[in-house]
Parts: sequence; C-alpha cells; structure tokens
Amino acid sequence: MIGIISYLAFFLTIALILAIAVLGLNLQWGHTGLFNGGIVAFFGAGAYGMVLLGGPDRVDGLGGFSLSYPLALLGGIALSGLLALIVGLATTRLRHDYLAIATFGVAIAMESLMRNATWLTGGATGLRGFERPLEAFVGNAFAYNLLFMFFVLLCVSLVYLFLETLVHSPFGRLLRAVRENERAARSLGKSPAAVRLTAFVIGAMLMGLSGALYATFYAFISPQDLAPILTFQIWAMLIVGGSGNNKGAVVGTLVVWGAWVGSGWLLTAIAPTHLQLYTGSIQYILVGSIIVFSLLWRPRGLLPEKLSTHSYPLPEPGAPNQQTGSAS
Amino acid sequence: MLQSLFDGILVGSILSLGAIGLTLIMHILRFANFSHAELISMGAYFTLTLDAVFTAFSRALASKLPMLSVSISLLLAMLAALLITGIAAAIIDRLVFKRLREQAGPLTMVFASFGIGLIIRNVIGLVYGLKSVHYNNDIAFAIMISSDPLLLVKADQLFILALTLLVMVSLHLFMSRTSVGFALKAISENPVLAQINGINLASMVRLAWLLGGALAAVAGVCYALNNQLSPVMGRDLVLSLFAAAIVGGIGSIYGAALGGLIVGLASSLALLVIPTGYKPAIPFLIILLVLYLRPNGLFGEER
Repeated sequence: MIGIISYLAFFLTIALILAIAVLGLNLQWGHTGLFNGGIVAFFGAGAYGMVLLGGPDRVDGLGGFSLSYPLALLGGIALSGLLALIVGLATTRLRHDYLAIATFGVAIAMESLMRNATWLTGGATGLRGFERPLEAFVGNAFAYNLLFMFFVLLCVSLVYLFLETLVHSPFGRLLRAVRENERAARSLGKSPAAVRLTAFVIGAMLMGLSGALYATFYAFISPQDLAPILTFQIWAMLIVGGSGNNKGAVVGTLVVWGAWVGSGWLLTAIAPTHLQLYTGSIQYILVGSIIVFSLLWRPRGLLPEKLSTHSYPLPEPGAPNQQTGSAS
Repeated sequence: MLQSLFDGILVGSILSLGAIGLTLIMHILRFANFSHAELISMGAYFTLTLDAVFTAFSRALASKLPMLSVSISLLLAMLAALLITGIAAAIIDRLVFKRLREQAGPLTMVFASFGIGLIIRNVIGLVYGLKSVHYNNDIAFAIMISSDPLLLVKADQLFILALTLLVMVSLHLFMSRTSVGFALKAISENPVLAQINGINLASMVRLAWLLGGALAAVAGVCYALNNQLSPVMGRDLVLSLFAAAIVGGIGSIYGAALGGLIVGLASSLALLVIPTGYKPAIPFLIILLVLYLRPNGLFGEER
C-alpha cells in the first residue's frame, strides 16, 4: 500500500513540477502567441542556477555558495529570466519565427555548455551533493516526499492564481490584443515588442522555477535530465490540455505525463530484449504524433480557451463567434 | 589554417544546398520549417536503400568511379532519391502544412514542423537502426596537397565540391533563364501581384517543396559521403541551415548560398580558438550576432 501511495506521490510530484513549465508556456504561446523552441534551456537554467547557488562548496569549479533555499530558488528563476531577456531583446521586434529559431538555438548552446563547461556545470556527470531543504529535519524519506509534493502543489497553486490574475488584468487583455492583431494594439499606443518581451521573460522564469524544483526533488542535475525531448513533452501537454486555458494546461500535463509514463512502462514490458533500445524512438514518435494530430484536429485542446465577454453583450445565437477562432 | 579553410568551404557548400530550399519555403510560406533538415536525412537514407536495390539488380553498377568511393549505382540512387525526397516534401505539405495554413497562423506551422521533424527522425531510427552507417566501408585515403601548411584532401571531397557547384549553377540557370524560374521568383516576392499575372500559387508552392526536397537530398548524400549517415544528421544540421538562411537574408537564394559558405567557414575557423565541444553552439552565436547587427541579413529585404 505504502508502495502505491509512494509511487503515486512520485508521479504527481513530477507532473506538478512540469505543470509549472506548461503554465509558463501557456503564458508565452497560449496567451501571447510566442513560440518557444527551447523550453529545456530555461528549465535547465533554473535547475543549474538553483543547484550552483544552493549546493555545497565545489572543489573543482565555480559555485556551491550554500545559500539558503529560498534565495537559491529565486536565483535560479532570475537566471532563466536573464537568459530570456537576452534572447527576447534580439528577437521580439523581428519576424515572429525568429524567436522560435533563437530559442531553439539557446537550447543547443545550453546543451554544449552543460556538457563541456566542467568548471561551471560539472560536465556530463552533472552537479551532485545538493542537500534538500529540511530533509534532515523531517528524517523519514516517505514523509519528506509527501511533504515535498504538497510544497510543489502549493507552488503550482500560487503560479496558477498569479497567471489567472495576470491574464484577467488589463495586461492580459493586452497580451491577447498583441496576439490577435498587433497593428491594432499599436494603434492604441501600446508597444507590442515590450509586451511580448515581458510575457516571454515571465514565462521563461516559470520554466526556471519548474527546473529548480525538479533539481531540488532529485537533489541532482545533469545533461541527461535535460534531453531535448522535454521541450516536445511540454508542448504536447499544453496543446492537448488547451492552449490559452490555465486549467487546461494543468489537465494536459497530467494526461500527457500519464501517457508518457504508461507507454514507457508498457513498451518495456512487451518489447523483446533486443528491441528495448527502440522503445525510446516509439515514445518520441508518439509525442510527435500527439503534437501534429492535435494541431490538425483538436487545436483547441481538451479545455479550450474561454474568452471573457462578461462586460459586453453576448453574440447572437448562431452568429459566427470571431473570437474563438484563435487557437493558434 | 588552410585545412580549416578547405573544410569550411566543403561543409559550407553542403549547408548552402540545404539552406536554399529552407529560405525559399520560409519566404513563400512565411514559416520557419524545422523539419526541413529531416529532408536531408531522408535523401541520404533513400539513397542508401536505392543503392542497395540497384547493386542487387546489376553487379556492374557497383563499380566505382575512378579515384572515388562513389559507385555508378550510388549516383543513380541519388538521382532517384532527390525526386522521391522532393515528392515526399510536397506530400508532407499537402497532408499537414497546407491544412494548417488554411485554418491557423504561420507559427502553428512552425509548431507542427517540430513535431514532424521528431516523427521523421525517429521513424528513420526505427527503420534503419540508431547506429551510424556509411555508403561503403572502404577506407578513403586522403591525398596530401601540401605539407606546410598542412592540407589533406580526399578525392570524394573534390567530388562533393564539384557536385554542389554543378547543382548551384544549374539552379542559377533555372531561376534566371526559364519562365518557371521567373514565376517562382515572382511568387516569392509578391504573391498577390504574381497571381494577378496568372501564376498559379498552389503549383509554385509545390514546385518550391520539390526543389527544396531535391536540394536537401543532394546535401544529404554529400554530407553522408563526407561524414556518415545517422538518424540525427538532420537535427545536427538544422541550426546551421537557419544560420545560413538568416545570414543571407530570408528569401534570397544567392544569400542562402553565400550564407552557407559563411556559416561553414565560421564554424570551421572558430574551432581554431574554441574547444570542439562547443561546435554545436556556433551557429546560434552567428544567428544572435546577425539579429542584433543586421536583422535582415546580407540580401534580405525588410518586412
């Protein structure tokens, strides 16, 4: 019994951590129409930043400042934000797909840095020896994992409330205005480039938070944890859940993460030994297919975006609703 | 130094072929196609299969061209593969991108192209195995052209340079001497005006995919001859292709050709000063530099 609860807690903890990154992507893609091709880089910046700041002293490299956990967490988030700022400044004024290319490039640059800059990132072996906050105080591993799950749940709830407030504020309407009609937004005296940059940086910081929590949970981070597939998984979660809908983002995370873990378990169970090597390829094809087929057939996801029209008269029944055709 | 220059030009000419197709599509359909590099892998692997089929039909085809490790059947296989890859590119457009163009924005196509790239890459891995392979396992010896400064050149590499040059000259003649070439140029510069003049947009889009796929297939065969075939060869090249297209200016065929050479040379020369492990990041730095300094590239127009 403890085994099942313990596994469920493990599953939920990872899913909820990823949900924060999906919520960050929802701000960028769902609400603002910004395509982030390198989610893993911002996730990784948060993870490495947190471990470097909060980890133990390192003999063979920079870092290990042993800062208190909240400070380390904030530092990791800030690092992701800084990275997003550098990329965003170069691209938010330009053709919209340049952001996709630049963010994809960041992820590749980040991967080379992780693998090669041993003095900073520990290279292929990663950074070990991080002490999880309060672990010694709690003692019992099972109790600690449960406690950590509730901590992550608290983080998700706070992020969710923050984003709900944000997207229903005037700034949220501005985001959608920029997404739907940039010229119209500009005609109202708004700066689309500044709005896009703000949304991009906030979204990236949420991805950083997600990465930092991930590294905290495992007390360890290495390039193996930051495989490029993570970016695809996060996209799939958002598009399945319903981009533009924060509740959908969380639901999509649980569904897709469940499908990922389940398919991995199933494939390992049924594939003969000499084909075990290829189970990864099959799972990747699954994720790619989820993305392509969702975009083609269910672009609005399980929980489609709801555009509030409460202060305006409702459209005539049967009249084409212009606003809902925006699942891009 | 001389060796780095030569290697840079060699890799650059391969990148040019891939980047030309990418920039055409990016300009005409207004989206960054991240699955374009998978056409490179497809072209290379189709050639591998067809080469095996042709040699099975007639042993005579397996005879090598003088000095080269390239056989007659490999050349025939490449010709067939470039047609097949072009058609495959047009089919993917018909099945996915065309429908997304009609119902959503260009960024949704970017999104889908990532998914398609992931699918193609892993299907290739499933079909051909995850290990890298060669067209043939003979060891190609390099000829020392000069010892100081050192310059080692393989006959195959000269073949690659000649082939890429031939393809680019043919493309230039096609674009500047034929009415179809003019029509393609017109549609990419001003789609509305071109259609008023009776140019069929749908058939030009198809032509762009055919052309892009065929060029990518040649690039794939050249890359595989110079290195090896692996399911991730496209993914390894995609950022360099974008760098080449952006350096040249989106939409400019000559820009993409030059951009490919610049990116190839810059990546090769940069390794003289930075550790090899950082090689994948070089195209990203080039992209960032161009976007900050000259966002429209060398020959691109502002949009």
